[in-house]
Amino acid sequence: MNYIETDGVKIVLRNFGKIDPLKVEEYVARGGYESLKKALTAMTPEAVIEEVKASGLRGRGGAGFPTGLKWSFTKKDADQKYIVCNADEGEPGTAKDRLIMTGDPHGLIEGMAIAGYAIGATKGFIYCRGEYTTSINTLNHAINQARENGFLGENLFGTDFTFNLEVRSGAGAYVCGEETALIESIEGHRGMPRFKPPFPGGAGLWGKPTVVNNVETLANVPVILDKGADWYKSIGTEKSAGTKIFILCGNLRNTGALELPFGMTVREVMETYGGGLLTGRDLQMVHLGGAASGIMPPALIDTPLTYEDLQAVGQGLGSGVILAIDDQKDFMSYICSNTHFFEHESCGKCTPCREGTARINEILHRIAAGDGTLEDLDNLKDLGEMMQISALCGLGQAAPTPVLTSLEHFMDKYVEAVSGKKNEVNEEAVATEAIHKSYYEAAPIKLD
Amino acid sequence: MGCCQPIDKVTAIVEQYKGEKGALIPVLHAVQKELGYLPKDALETIAAGLNIPASEVYGTTTFYTLFSTKEKAENIIRVCESGPCHVSGYQKVLEAIKEELNIEVGEATEDKKFYLEMTACLGVCAEAPAIMINDKTYVNLTPEKVKALLASF
Repeated sequence: MNYIETDGVKIVLRNFGKIDPLKVEEYVARGGYESLKKALTAMTPEAVIEEVKASGLRGRGGAGFPTGLKWSFTKKDADQKYIVCNADEGEPGTAKDRLIMTGDPHGLIEGMAIAGYAIGATKGFIYCRGEYTTSINTLNHAINQARENGFLGENLFGTDFTFNLEVRSGAGAYVCGEETALIESIEGHRGMPRFKPPFPGGAGLWGKPTVVNNVETLANVPVILDKGADWYKSIGTEKSAGTKIFILCGNLRNTGALELPFGMTVREVMETYGGGLLTGRDLQMVHLGGAASGIMPPALIDTPLTYEDLQAVGQGLGSGVILAIDDQKDFMSYICSNTHFFEHESCGKCTPCREGTARINEILHRIAAGDGTLEDLDNLKDLGEMMQISALCGLGQAAPTPVLTSLEHFMDKYVEAVSGKKNEVNEEAVATEAIHKSYYEAAPIKLD
Repeated sequence: MGCCQPIDKVTAIVEQYKGEKGALIPVLHAVQKELGYLPKDALETIAAGLNIPASEVYGTTTFYTLFSTKEKAENIIRVCESGPCHVSGYQKVLEAIKEELNIEVGEATEDKKFYLEMTACLGVCAEAPAIMINDKTYVNLTPEKVKALLASF
């Protein structure tokens, strides 16, 4: 994965490229495991939670929930609690957790041990997507090293705190990025989300209080304890503290992942680090934040990359993807590929998502085949809004976002596709659908 | 291990994980690695060994795209079709693979050397288009590069 170097402060990628990730001694030489020692020997669990709360750290998986607050909601009295790392990085366009796991695995392990201490969990799981074989191997290697060096196991740093860690491999299901589906999957079931409440903090893995945090979120924790909440809060903006890994991809001159403080605009990042578009091309749209996030028109690219500024214009930071799409790419075919993805990844448990993703995909492919009507556009909007309010989990609630935001900003393209040009077939979108059809037929169904 | 029947290998794997919480998915991974896929008798052995209803084992197995209940081929090619690969031209790479191997998506070559399927994001989006062959990811592909890659197998 391409990594783009920047001049600014690094937190989660502070060791990236500077240490051999397979050597724990190199991590230790750069101050590694000092924060865990500090937490265990000089801080109470409550003090650790307070520090993380004060730092303003928010979940980096996409939802942006305040991390310290999530920790504080964990049920106090329980014979067993768990800390789970969500490393099921499946959001299309996202390639940040892989960088952390393969480039600085001990940073994640240390963050998990500290989180475990804070909430009172003695056991942690890293649920890593099955496709990430290198990440899984690197993590297992690092966990063994940490255990051999006394950073995992019993009586850490001479205290009575015990913490063990295990990697579990996913098996190819986007929905397992949803925290309760992920928990179901660790338990050995189909990855279908649970009804909430109870929230995992009350009853999660095997019914025990559980905190699920993203890789990038946990990798921030050792640095927050080391340098303090005030230092951390001084980076970024008031409501978006710290840094974020962004992934520049699509039709830019330079593509890659980079860590930046919150606050630069989409345009600045694309021009400064992405080198802009190829000569002669114009920007059509930016798909910002991942497949489940909004489609941003060129008119909004001067918006700063912060939780609050993006929310104010009806967009979202998601997992940090900046996918630039130039004017040479076919609009409808892109939207169709997105709706196909959600139809395929919907787990089928709740009706709004199972039917909603299927009908939205069906309508869009009908439009692409030249058979769309203006009524279809109203139906798309109705369906999307229905899913936002009634789907069981984040997948179904967020799945219509690209369609709804593109209807808002690119209505002219939809109207053009359904009117005046009857029976004009969008060859590219239809070709894409032909690929999809063969994909479904290829799905393994029956034994014998 | 000294055993030679595939089903004995499955039994040995199940024994290794017995008693572990949430053992089913790790067992499925291990068995598929050993046999290349998850045939019916293997699923039945796993169900009996872990004391889980066979229907549940089957339901879990078929929920996840990385598990297969049918034999595919020696090498499995997964072509990413997510957004970044879409706008970076995965379609041309896919066409090149289909042309080179003379198969469609969801098919194996006659010699059972390659099986072709689509996948969602592989997490190397800044180097799109990307494909996976078995457990390795290949990036920055062009039709020419992918043909050379296939020839190296």
